[in-house]
Amino acid sequence: MSRIGVFVCHCGENIARTVDCAAVADALREHPGVVRAEDYKYMCSDPGQQLVKKAIEEDGLTGVVVCACSPHMHETTFRRAAAQAGLNPFVVEMANIREHCSWIHDDRERATAKAIDIGRTIVEKVKQDRPLETIRIPVTKRALVIGGGIAGIQAALDIADGGHEVVLVEKEASIGGHMSQLSETFPTLDCSQCILTPRMVEAYQHPRITLHTWSEIEKVDGYIGNFTVTIRKKARSVDENLCNGCGDCQAACPSRKVASEFDAGLGKRTAISTPFPQAVPNIPVLDRANCTLFKGRAKGLAKDACGKCKEACLKGAIDYDTEDTFVTEEVGAIVVATGFQLYDIGREQPAGLKGYGEYGYGEVPDVIDGLQFERLASASGPTGGEILRPSDGAVPRTVVFVKCVGSRDPEKGMSYCSKICCMYTAKHTMLYKHKVHDGRAVVFYMDIRAAGKGYDEFSRRAIEEDGAEYVRGRVSRIFRDGDVVKVWGYDTLSGRQVVIDADMVVLATAVRPQPGIAELAQKLSVSYDQDGFLNEAHPKLRPVETNTAGVYLAGACQAPRDIPESVAMASATAAKVLGLFSADELERDPSVALVNERTCSGCFHCERVCPYGAVEHRDVCDMEGHVCGHVAWVNPGVCQGCGTCVAVCPSKSVELAGFTDSQVYAEINALAGW
Amino acid sequence: MEASFEPRITAFVCNWCTYTGADLAGTSRLPMASNVRIIRLPCTGRIDHLFVAKAFERGADGVIVSGCHPADCHYTAGNYHARRRFGVFRELLSFLGVDPRRLTFSWVSASEGGKWADVVNETVARVRELGPFDAYHRLADAPVPDGDPFAALESATPRADGAGENEPSGVHASEPGRGRAAATGGSGA
Repeated sequence: MSRIGVFVCHCGENIARTVDCAAVADALREHPGVVRAEDYKYMCSDPGQQLVKKAIEEDGLTGVVVCACSPHMHETTFRRAAAQAGLNPFVVEMANIREHCSWIHDDRERATAKAIDIGRTIVEKVKQDRPLETIRIPVTKRALVIGGGIAGIQAALDIADGGHEVVLVEKEASIGGHMSQLSETFPTLDCSQCILTPRMVEAYQHPRITLHTWSEIEKVDGYIGNFTVTIRKKARSVDENLCNGCGDCQAACPSRKVASEFDAGLGKRTAISTPFPQAVPNIPVLDRANCTLFKGRAKGLAKDACGKCKEACLKGAIDYDTEDTFVTEEVGAIVVATGFQLYDIGREQPAGLKGYGEYGYGEVPDVIDGLQFERLASASGPTGGEILRPSDGAVPRTVVFVKCVGSRDPEKGMSYCSKICCMYTAKHTMLYKHKVHDGRAVVFYMDIRAAGKGYDEFSRRAIEEDGAEYVRGRVSRIFRDGDVVKVWGYDTLSGRQVVIDADMVVLATAVRPQPGIAELAQKLSVSYDQDGFLNEAHPKLRPVETNTAGVYLAGACQAPRDIPESVAMASATAAKVLGLFSADELERDPSVALVNERTCSGCFHCERVCPYGAVEHRDVCDMEGHVCGHVAWVNPGVCQGCGTCVAVCPSKSVELAGFTDSQVYAEINALAGW
Repeated sequence: MEASFEPRITAFVCNWCTYTGADLAGTSRLPMASNVRIIRLPCTGRIDHLFVAKAFERGADGVIVSGCHPADCHYTAGNYHARRRFGVFRELLSFLGVDPRRLTFSWVSASEGGKWADVVNETVARVRELGPFDAYHRLADAPVPDGDPFAALESATPRADGAGENEPSGVHASEPGRGRAAATGGSGA
């Protein structure tokens, strides 16, 4: 016989304002099986929890229903309290009368009636609840970090320094990410490469970090503590073990006019190349799309058209016939740090985006984006750090900077603020003025958002000490007029139209997630928002976790982030991972599928629908011990408790603990009396 | 149909997307019709179509099934199985004498509190227009025949096109059917 206690929470006024909590308790007290029903102002508070614990002990309750908020909020709280009072935590359930009732209805009578219904339904479910035991599973104490930018490097180093092995996967030929492309960093104006490259080398040489560059994630199987990850190592055509990074192959390569991705298209590279001289690892990649030999092979030439790099390589490291290879790694946790890309605002746009054709980006050579300006200002850039405009190599005397290109513009771009542009534009004007003392830097802005330690002082310095001219307003058109780039804008503070004859224009384009993020998110079962940024488990309280246990987020894959924030997030993920690795076993929700071997007919429909491969075959033997058939068996360590197998089983031989057929039917039946 | 008809709608939703989306609707204080009662399941893949049939049998006037958007399933593929199953089940529903318009199948993600409110309000409005679902109660309350047991069944079964449901029903007004369901309900399946 069930002895159920019902506890109705007022949630201050959140529930009590629209639901008569005492009436709910009174109604549920009369429900069959309920031996106690009480209401209290804050059930989740310490005295509230004491109330529950006392009732469990005094009345010998066999089940508890807490009519309060969403189970996502306080189920754990009350299950823990029940366990302390000696009741199995899995016979405690939440009836959600806040999010699903009091907050969305204003008719007190109807809201109260609905709250009683919700309470009854859960009481009926709890009557069918069975005590469950927490599952313990082993943890593989190795981590995978996806993305080798500053966030990924920081996370990998922190986890490795904490004593655990790390597999770091980078899709480009070198780690370093966007930070390696930057000239100097705000708000300190220290050289980006000077602070980054030592960390890159540290990660590369760390005894506990395995680095896979020019590699991508092919497949992810498993679950927290026990992931199996397949990594695709893209054909590099250069043996990583033989190459010593001498650079002879690059010197010998005749295809020298390939646009350099690292220099954001402003510089040139060879077909076989490292992205930049400080690359880690310093091992080149042969870009088959631009290689004379491979272009010849694609045309079907019988004889190879080139082969100069292979001739030049004294180590014999170059092999034109390598294929993609696959590496499988067993890890217990995954950190995603895939970073961002800039909104390419030209006329050609994928569905859903409109671009900014009126700004002439991609058509007027002297209209560039922020990353291209970084390369122009960088000592390792195509101009050796001199600010020279791309069209004719002249020193630009007037440079116009336009902020919020694609950001905060739901009509044509993204509705969010890209966060880093205010600061890097202030930095750009300073870098420019430091190099071209008599030059004019004009900034068109909507607002100056410089929140951060030393940030506002920095942007003020750009205006007050370095003389950047800030114009509050938008730019309507940018076009080439003879030798100059005309900028038509509007100064909203003085109410005048502004026309500037610029020599160069720098657009602070929006920060967007990396291409391919959706595919990666699907492989990891992580959700993403309408802009493609990955979703954290909770925006305030769980900012680096995802809803998939064991997968964590660092840096700009989650939202636009600057370097200090990315590093902070990366260290936070490392703390989470090290916390997970601190125990040998992991406790898991026992809500998993169970097969009744007596009724299972061995059709294995369940095996076909299981997304985790949790269903295994078990032999059935006759009395003489001969195998006479097979039945299904669910591995509780692998099962994630989705219940898809339960719904397809033709003989109803599978049950999902916590959501059994009898529990669900009890709920459906409870609603019949409504 | 009575003027005061309030549809009773049972919603089967997944824990990760729609339940959380409904939570978000609450957190965002989005007002919506109070006619829906939610049954939380881990995944739409868990939803046996017999749950839906049972809900109608027990007196629901409408049913909502909602889960994660395609490709966003927390469990990778449960929503695809659900979609395929309900594609077929919708056909079967007419055969069971239930107007398929009483069943709403939708995707509501954890960030779509507004969409959940829309799904609730649209379903309530649609079911309100269709009127109470009492075909099964009329069937249950039909007199037990002495001779051919199927003769009475045929006369009591509503037409498959759902037209029969909209007729004003004395059985429903006096609610003996509801009473039966209530009396047998609440004690488990």
